[in-house]
Amino acid sequence: MTESIRARGPWKLAFERIRGDRWAIAAAAGVVFIILIALLAPWIGAAVEHSPEAQFRETGLSPSGIPVGPNREFLFGTDGLGRDVLVRIAYGARVSLLVGVLASGLAVAVGAVVGIVAAWFGGVVDTILSRLMDVVLSLPFLVFALALVAVVGPSLTISIVVIAFFSWASVGRVVRAQALSIREQEYVKAARSLGAGSLRIMFVEILPNVAATMIVYATLLIPSSIAFEATMSFLGLGVVPPTPSWGNMLADSIAFYKVAWWFVVFPGAALLSTTLAFNVLGDSVRDAFDPRHDQTIVLDTETGGKA
Amino acid sequence: MNESLLRVEHLVKHFPMKAQTFWGDRQYVHAVDDVSLDVRRGETLGLVGETGCGKSTLARCIVRLENPTSGRVIFDGHDITSASEDELRSYRQQMQMVFQDPYSSLNPRRRVGSIIGDPFGIHGVASGTERKRRVQELMDLVGLNPEHYNRFPGQFSGGQRQRIGIARAIALKPRLLVCDEPVSALDVSIRAQILNLLADLQKELGLTILFISHDLSVVRHVSDRIAVMYLGKVAEIASAEALFDHARHPYTRALLSAIPIADPDLDAAREQIVLSGDPPSPIEPPPACRFHPRCPRAETMCAVEEPALIARLSDREDHPAACHFPVKDGESVAAAGKPS
Repeated sequence: MTESIRARGPWKLAFERIRGDRWAIAAAAGVVFIILIALLAPWIGAAVEHSPEAQFRETGLSPSGIPVGPNREFLFGTDGLGRDVLVRIAYGARVSLLVGVLASGLAVAVGAVVGIVAAWFGGVVDTILSRLMDVVLSLPFLVFALALVAVVGPSLTISIVVIAFFSWASVGRVVRAQALSIREQEYVKAARSLGAGSLRIMFVEILPNVAATMIVYATLLIPSSIAFEATMSFLGLGVVPPTPSWGNMLADSIAFYKVAWWFVVFPGAALLSTTLAFNVLGDSVRDAFDPRHDQTIVLDTETGGKA
Repeated sequence: MNESLLRVEHLVKHFPMKAQTFWGDRQYVHAVDDVSLDVRRGETLGLVGETGCGKSTLARCIVRLENPTSGRVIFDGHDITSASEDELRSYRQQMQMVFQDPYSSLNPRRRVGSIIGDPFGIHGVASGTERKRRVQELMDLVGLNPEHYNRFPGQFSGGQRQRIGIARAIALKPRLLVCDEPVSALDVSIRAQILNLLADLQKELGLTILFISHDLSVVRHVSDRIAVMYLGKVAEIASAEALFDHARHPYTRALLSAIPIADPDLDAAREQIVLSGDPPSPIEPPPACRFHPRCPRAETMCAVEEPALIARLSDREDHPAACHFPVKDGESVAAAGKPS
């Protein structure tokens, strides 16, 4: 017996919608490409025989100390110290992706836990956590980040923590709102009448129902985290040189923008295309999980739609 | 041994409302007001009443989903009214609830096998393959295909979902099953199946059932005894036959007269009691007898003195009605004292 109209879970439905979305496919291809570059960075360096931190004073700089443009040896040209821009971009992708994924993952995890706890316990707990989220959302992040880094010193870990700290509250608010409505559902009452404790209800009953929101937020937070990290590195608050990151490359390039366009354009293009790809993908994921978006019944083509 | 498994004594549940003004008095919704009930071992007690009369609230107070404002809930001789959540755990195994809406009472994101297996996990009764085996036994017992263990609730029909809810409720072999309108959300054609399933399970597991419904014909089908509620109070309690044949409370009579009868001749022959107005607000319930503003038999006394829930006329001790002027057999409801 075959069913021509299958009941499909929201995850499968969302996945099928993404598959049918051309922009989403293009963005996903872009994301995969960037991930590949980040993973293959050591091999890219080995292929052109340049390490990201090696300075080529002889071949990479003109006699007057100006960076050289794209050529056979340096495909994307060199920077102010005669380092290979291509290899540094590839290594910079690792930093950007690492920070983007870890910071947004951390932010979503913290936001989800705080949101669910606030909604489930309600009362004083809810008031305190909600006001805390309001406070975090109203903090001027750059000033705060500057102050914090001035105290503890810049590092990759601090960047991730700072970015996550400024991102979790928006997730927390949305998750809290959703959890508030889920908490009134009868299946939560059923769990209580079975004797389930608060932990079990929060993580077994409520969490799976906010998971879609968490996925959407995670994909939308990745590009903003990447841009956030680039901003911090640009200001010298993020990744410590000589480790390459797109932000500190852009900061270095300012001194040379009149004579070495490649030094500005390539890291800038890398940053732009990465955040664009993640943003487009994030939008598609959000649309795909939105039940009001487009709920067409898709007939199963394998059985020819016969009942 | 005590004859009653569950005893509700003077149970009161008031819900606070938001004060109208900052200085204003806080008002309360009198959802359940001084209700006393006995549920005997092995019987099915039907609880009927209009929407909003407090029957669901009463059920939730009994299984302690709500904390009663006052009064006592005594389960198997133990007062569980003020038991802590930890102390309640062992009682929760013996007292389970079937919910009204089979759509919202099952978590849409969890597989049916794990939903039915929840009670085993929560009470640490069985795990792993043992749990799976017992879940599949339960699915078989309630008439579901055990192979559908891995499906999501969305892949089942309303009737099947209610079977899932029942399987979850009987997983720990409870002694008391509180069914809160278990068939109201189902198609008429499915209702009988679920009612028969409950009856079969009752026989097989020796269940005591508190069956809540607003549908008198359903309640009559399943119940040994029936309690009628009106605006947070019990109006009348009697065995199913006595209630249908010798109803004493005018409200019960009105409810009975509203049951549709298929035969038009019979329908025309009986007394139609059409109550005027809507049920009063439970925020400021009428004084004394709560039914008096709508009662065709009401007299001055009804607005002054609250009628006790006791057996009147020549009724047996177990057929109490809360009415000063109970309706005699064969008497018209409107006929009391005053000439009509």
